Amino acid sequence: MDASRGAQSQSHSIWIRILSTAGRVLVAIGIPLIAFYVLYVGFIFLRDSDAPRGVTALVAIVWGVGGVALLFWVFNGIVERLPDALRTRLLPFVFVGPAVAVLSWYLTLPTLRTFWLSLFGRDGPQAGLGFFQLLASESFVGLRNYAAVFTEELMLQSFRNNLMWIVFGSTFSVVLGLVIAVLADRSSYERIAKSLIFLPLAISFVGAGIIWNFIYEYRPAGQAQIGLLNDIVVALGGTPQAWPQWVNVAPWNNLFLIVIVVWLQTGFSMVLFSAALKGIPEDLLEASRIDGANEFQVFFRIMIPYIRGTIITVWTTIVIFSLKIFDVVWVMTGGQFGTHVIATQFYRQSFTNRNSGFGSAIAIVLLLAVVPVMIYNLRQFREREAF
Amino acid sequence: MKSGRRQKQLSRLLVNGTLLLFVVLWTIPTMGIFISSFRNRDDIATSGWWNVFPHREWQPVGEIDLKALGVDPNQVMEIEGVKGTFEEFRAGIETPDGKRVTWIGNKRLGRVELQQQVWTTSWDFSLDNYEQVLGGQDFTFTSADGTVEVVPGDNMVGAFVNSLVVAIPATVIPILIAAFAAYAFAWMKFPGRRELFIMVVALQVVPLQIALVPILRDYRVLSLNGTFLGIWLAHTGFGLALATFLLYSYISSLPREILESAFVDGASHFTAFTQLVLPLSVPALASFAIFQFLWVWNDYLVALIFLGGNPEFELVTQRMAAIVGARGQDWHLLTAGAFVSMVLPLTVFFALQRYFLRGLLAGSVKG
Repeated sequence: MDASRGAQSQSHSIWIRILSTAGRVLVAIGIPLIAFYVLYVGFIFLRDSDAPRGVTALVAIVWGVGGVALLFWVFNGIVERLPDALRTRLLPFVFVGPAVAVLSWYLTLPTLRTFWLSLFGRDGPQAGLGFFQLLASESFVGLRNYAAVFTEELMLQSFRNNLMWIVFGSTFSVVLGLVIAVLADRSSYERIAKSLIFLPLAISFVGAGIIWNFIYEYRPAGQAQIGLLNDIVVALGGTPQAWPQWVNVAPWNNLFLIVIVVWLQTGFSMVLFSAALKGIPEDLLEASRIDGANEFQVFFRIMIPYIRGTIITVWTTIVIFSLKIFDVVWVMTGGQFGTHVIATQFYRQSFTNRNSGFGSAIAIVLLLAVVPVMIYNLRQFREREAF
Repeated sequence: MKSGRRQKQLSRLLVNGTLLLFVVLWTIPTMGIFISSFRNRDDIATSGWWNVFPHREWQPVGEIDLKALGVDPNQVMEIEGVKGTFEEFRAGIETPDGKRVTWIGNKRLGRVELQQQVWTTSWDFSLDNYEQVLGGQDFTFTSADGTVEVVPGDNMVGAFVNSLVVAIPATVIPILIAAFAAYAFAWMKFPGRRELFIMVVALQVVPLQIALVPILRDYRVLSLNGTFLGIWLAHTGFGLALATFLLYSYISSLPREILESAFVDGASHFTAFTQLVLPLSVPALASFAIFQFLWVWNDYLVALIFLGGNPEFELVTQRMAAIVGARGQDWHLLTAGAFVSMVLPLTVFFALQRYFLRGLLAGSVKG
């Protein structure tokens, strides 16, 4: 009797176990299915609906933000229902997986794919061919795109201009930022002064371009100038110029574009330097002053060496930024008048000329230019972290 | 003692003076567009914005009867005691008593004005430009010489909404994904952890140009081109490395005991993350959020490529670039448009300045 009862309860518990497993499987499959269905319906709604813009906007925001949260929640739910051993192994990948997937899709793989494209002609690799067939096909041009990158006249001009951007853009931003930070540090109007210098950083390059049009705008001599710079020049007895478009002084007309970005960026370096300066121990400065050092000596012998690390960081940041400069040139001159830079050339070749091979080669060159910084970052990371 | 005090005063004057010079230089461009945005269309096109400040301007004080004078414009003339050719009178000749004689119009039908310098301001402000840029309806202008012109308005409101729809998810999604990843890197052990993190560090400075062509190809296949989802994901991809790195440095520095006691109480990683780590990381999350929001809001290139084909989804930056291109002469639209586009980032920036600075100080370099 006991035994039969035991068997009965055993069969009972087997049923329960089967049922609960089935339930788990159902939940594990069902919830994601429902989640994906909801996301899909949202996607179709956003793609095809004629609802008022406000409604679409709201749905888009909720769908986008909520969708990502939903996916995390669902996958976590599935993994948490798994047996312990499997769970501890899989859970980290639920957390880290989406980031790795997105990064791989958007940066790691494109790097390889862009390099691959750069070895082919303007239309990319021919479709439907195997690896070796491709290498033998006509569309394969080897390193010829790179040869073109380093010989084409407009490209050489872009390299020269980018060099100007790097040298002048970063030097002016860093030096001015440092000078303003030191001045602000001694002034009682520090907060307001720093805020006003920092403000342009919130402005887009397109907006900055429009703002600076009111400085650079050219009207023929004799007419009332509506650009401030030309008004001043005329008042001083000079002839008005269309400054960024002033080809006679090329390549120095690039400086008028660089000034815009210096105006935008100085706030960035100023804030970082200002924070670094506040980190210098007061008694160190006091001691050197008592020892008879004048303010210039304090600045060059104590402050600068003390904040050297910050200066290097700021400088590299601005250099990387200058290397990729695009918007301001594109909006102000479109690369004409001898103002092309690498990024505008990349855009022109890839999207205007639709020469994917050449464009990709330019992108790879741009990547190679930041490799030293990448290595530096990795080295810093290896030294600092006990990862 | 006294000379020391004077020296101190002098140096303070020097410091504040130089600082003021920089601040003025830095403020002038923005002020120019701000003032211009309230001036009416003709004023913007014909006079500099600085004319709203008191300045001296030649204004007519009398007209000279040419017929009575009987001069020949083809020869050197003498009017009001000054001599000159027609061209010289066209440009205006100053008389010894500080007035100016100017020939207006052509040789045959022209007239001659006697002008004097007068202090004046061009103080005529309105909200018309904003109405036109925000309202999107056509506007009729009657210029000084009586010609009537109809100018189509510019619907910036639509662009504004689009920019918000792009910027909000493109800020929140990468933060969410990065926070999960940062938690895993900081608090979980799994194979490949070190290698994956090195990838994150390395990808921080990779220029996004490298990805545009291949991703555009993928988008064509997936028909994601010109969709909000496409641009959200693109911004997520390009901001994620920096976000993960910044959030990792913050999350890994949270005190170990807090989390350990949570695990002892039976909390799962998911609960620990959502209930403990996320609330504790608000400063770091906020500082990156401001960064990413400003970056996405002000972005032009990514929008140009992934939303470029769809005029309905035009963003503020694209709209403005289009106004610059299509109507370089419609300055009044540019001024108000530019200012409208700056309002939100400036508000975000000043409201959350504290967090923004923290983000900057954490050493952020974006690829």
